[in-house]
Amino acid sequence: MKDSYQFQHRHILGIEQLSPTDIFHILDLALSFKEISTRSIKKVPTLRGKTIINFFFEPSTRTRLSFEIAAKRMSADTFNIAASTSSAQKGETLIDTARNLEAMNPDIIILRHGSSGAPAMLTRYVNAGIINAGDGTHEHPSQALLDMMTVRDHKETLEGLKVAIIGDIAHSRVAHSNILGFTKMGADVHVAGPATFMPPHLDTLGATVCGSVQEAVTDADVVMALRIQKERQDDPLIPSLREYAQFYGINKAILKNAKPDVLVMHPGPINRGVEMNPDVADGETSVILEQVTNGVAIRMALLYLIMGTHGAEA
Amino acid sequence: MSDMIILQNGRLLDPTTGTDKTGDLWIKDGKIIPAESQIPENCRVEDVTGKWIVPGLIDMHVHLREPGEEYKETVESGTRAAAAGGFTAVACMPNTKPVNDEASVTKFILAAERNASTRVYPAAAISRGSAGTELAEYGELKEAGAVAVTDDGLPVLDSQLMRRAMEYAGSHDLLVISHSEEMALSKNGAMNEGVVSTRLGLRGIPVAAEAIMVYREIALAELTGQRTHIAHVSTLAATDLIRQAKSRGVKISAETTPHYFTLTEEAVGDYDTNAKMNPPLRTETDRQAIRAGLQDGTYDCISTDHAPHSVLEKECEFDQAMNGIIGLETSLPLSLNLVREGVIEPLRLVELMSSAPARILKVPGGTLVEGSVADVTVIDTEKEFVFTKESILSKGKNSPFIDWKLQGKAVLTIMDGHVTHDELT
Repeated sequence: MKDSYQFQHRHILGIEQLSPTDIFHILDLALSFKEISTRSIKKVPTLRGKTIINFFFEPSTRTRLSFEIAAKRMSADTFNIAASTSSAQKGETLIDTARNLEAMNPDIIILRHGSSGAPAMLTRYVNAGIINAGDGTHEHPSQALLDMMTVRDHKETLEGLKVAIIGDIAHSRVAHSNILGFTKMGADVHVAGPATFMPPHLDTLGATVCGSVQEAVTDADVVMALRIQKERQDDPLIPSLREYAQFYGINKAILKNAKPDVLVMHPGPINRGVEMNPDVADGETSVILEQVTNGVAIRMALLYLIMGTHGAEA
Repeated sequence: MSDMIILQNGRLLDPTTGTDKTGDLWIKDGKIIPAESQIPENCRVEDVTGKWIVPGLIDMHVHLREPGEEYKETVESGTRAAAAGGFTAVACMPNTKPVNDEASVTKFILAAERNASTRVYPAAAISRGSAGTELAEYGELKEAGAVAVTDDGLPVLDSQLMRRAMEYAGSHDLLVISHSEEMALSKNGAMNEGVVSTRLGLRGIPVAAEAIMVYREIALAELTGQRTHIAHVSTLAATDLIRQAKSRGVKISAETTPHYFTLTEEAVGDYDTNAKMNPPLRTETDRQAIRAGLQDGTYDCISTDHAPHSVLEKECEFDQAMNGIIGLETSLPLSLNLVREGVIEPLRLVELMSSAPARILKVPGGTLVEGSVADVTVIDTEKEFVFTKESILSKGKNSPFIDWKLQGKAVLTIMDGHVTHDELT
């Protein structure tokens, strides 16, 4: 079976499009690429001569740098465009900007955008491979893949694990992709947070909504806290960060309900003392920095696979 | 063009008299006249055997975009699309630039040089600039030709202003049309709040945003005793509220649109901006409730909320795209589906698309009674066609029904005795 498998996707728009076999394949490939980053000369010629554009309409440190490092370690030429320096400031539409980029023949465009569905839209206008690096409140597939990789590194398998995700599920593309991903891989995803943070019909994505953080983390193998987005001011979602920390923050006391070897995760950046206490974030079972390390390997795998479906010799 | 037309052997459908029979219709000098013993010379005679002869269709909710947004639509292009869709009259919404909140704008829309292919009935604004703070001058607007007032596109958030609008409009015998939306709940929403919005990561617009405001309008109509019309209803909840209000005698009328009884939120699919409108497409439960409301009389009429936009406003990120779809050229075949699927009878369809809007707006038409204005549509209910982008007459090409195979078409549209659309020759 494994020999006949071929990765078919021309774009990575979300976990929704990926099958469990696709995810297995991506995680295995990333694991084989991970070693490259530990060499003294961290570069392979795999994507030499390929052009990759990082097209970021929202601020990002981690994700943008991670994609750039991934591309450079595979010898691709990378270019970064941020919204603040792009023609978007002059009123150019996303489609026009993308068509102009296309005219310079990039192989892959990595897009982060504030509008859900923006990467899906671009696939209708350009031939380059599109990788979604986070779109609105929709998906952030590379983050979910690196999270799954990190958990699998520690737990061997994702099947049968209890994964608790705590926080603003409704506005989190990370939560959305992780719920879909972990569920596809056979894990049991439980979420908790105030009802103002819960999107309607969350069960249709595969998650179980819990009435309290304690219920969600009890016997959990993985506890993931999400960043409170302080910038979301137009909607009265919570009364204060102080109260949020008190009732929904992840601390040592609440983690006592989880399994002793529970993995503590966070997609970053952390609001320390709000959604997660420092003693937990820096604690023994925290894998937050491993997530970042694995991010490079996952993105190398995604770039490699997408180049493969674009007719190039990878 | 001869001014006399004789339609022979058609299926005459007139809800105002309950007529449903095979027969002829004579038209002369812009009027429907009794048949004479001899067919005179120089008149057009058409054998329309097997086709329906109905009073001209009337769409009481259309955006013609003129003045100010002629790149989207004009009175000329919009009414040409309307005539092709079988309409002989449209009411046009006031959210133009400038807003139709004073007599000069109403007169501009009605100016003869607009070359309209249908009768045009301007709906004026409820409030100055549709800003929701001061009443517009209804007396002058009515004299200039307005038939209704509405801030369509926007709700009137201030309940006291809405109450006064109903009362004052009543004094000038103007219909108040409500765009029912609680904006605090719908703010920044891009589609129905539900399974699909969660899957796509789009901000949702809950059913409650419509239901709350529909209930307020019912309560105010009850308080003031003035006739009030609820525009473009999309939900089961609002359907129930309207049904209950009517059963206790509140002077309320309501419309829904072909997209609400044809499509659901699933049509948004992979961020298709042609399935984005306000109120949004809802669930299958809502769609079924709308159909039930069309059947049992909760809804008085079918309107289109024809809302043309340019590609600039639709070929973009979903949450940035403008709300609205065109509807004039697809309304009839989609509504005929209701007949084919056994939801309503042919006479009821004609009531919904012609007689009722004429009655609600208090305008001529909606009947085939002798002596009435000769606004008549001949419908070939069997005619099949593919609704291609290239075939669209409206300037707007924003339709979720593009490339749908549709059945049923107006083959002859006659407005005031003149042929405005002709597929018979």
